[in-house]
Amino acid sequence: MEMTRRDIFALGAGLAAVGLINLPAEADEGMVKEAIEKFAGGMPSAGGVEIGAPEIAENGNTVPIEVAAAGATSILILAAGNPNPGVATFNFGKLAGESRASTRIRLARTQDVVAVAKMSDGSTAMARREVKVTIGGCGG
Amino acid sequence: MSKIKPRVKVPKKAKAGEAVTIKTLISHPMESGQRKDKQGKIIPRKIINKFVATFNGEEAFSATIEPAVAANPYIEFSVKLAESGTIQFDWTDDDGSVYSAKKKIAVS
Repeated sequence: MEMTRRDIFALGAGLAAVGLINLPAEADEGMVKEAIEKFAGGMPSAGGVEIGAPEIAENGNTVPIEVAAAGATSILILAAGNPNPGVATFNFGKLAGESRASTRIRLARTQDVVAVAKMSDGSTAMARREVKVTIGGCGG
Repeated sequence: MSKIKPRVKVPKKAKAGEAVTIKTLISHPMESGQRKDKQGKIIPRKIINKFVATFNGEEAFSATIEPAVAANPYIEFSVKLAESGTIQFDWTDDDGSVYSAKKKIAVS
């Protein structure tokens, strides 16, 4: 019997359902909430943080991301659908030109990127943005 | 394993008080600890976990980095300087090694 790609996919999904192969675990919203609260000391209100990201990332192994928040002393980046949500924390000193930084991140699948900012006056803010991923990037 | 090599792009000159963009790159596989080898064993995590940029000894920008940052980590940020000096960049590997680069910048 010839195996079409559809058959192989269905077989894999079936095996995963039975637990015979391991799909990478996904961070649940509880882990994301915990990471946010640990950084911000509470749940920040939305707004005041920009996330620059492609709408569709062709390659989940390297997705360009930019974060900015006027007046922020640090910004935490989380990937809500990765096995672990933590990505990076940027800290801006007095000599930083603006509270803005870019990097490239790994996204395992289509998911929200979350950015949480801490300001010099102690207030916090956050934003969340979905990035669609065509080929996942967790090396599985 | 290919060599771990930092590269930075810093303008040679800047105006005092003007934000200048700094681009940094370090060639590093950023082994996440999620991948398995052909025998099915987990390849251990080995990443750059911290990046610090200091200007004339004062920390201007830093990043703590997790395995979700892509291989060959690229970090771009900006600085606003009041005087000429040297920017030092340091990347720390999980194994304790520190890789560094330095660039002079003339501010007028």
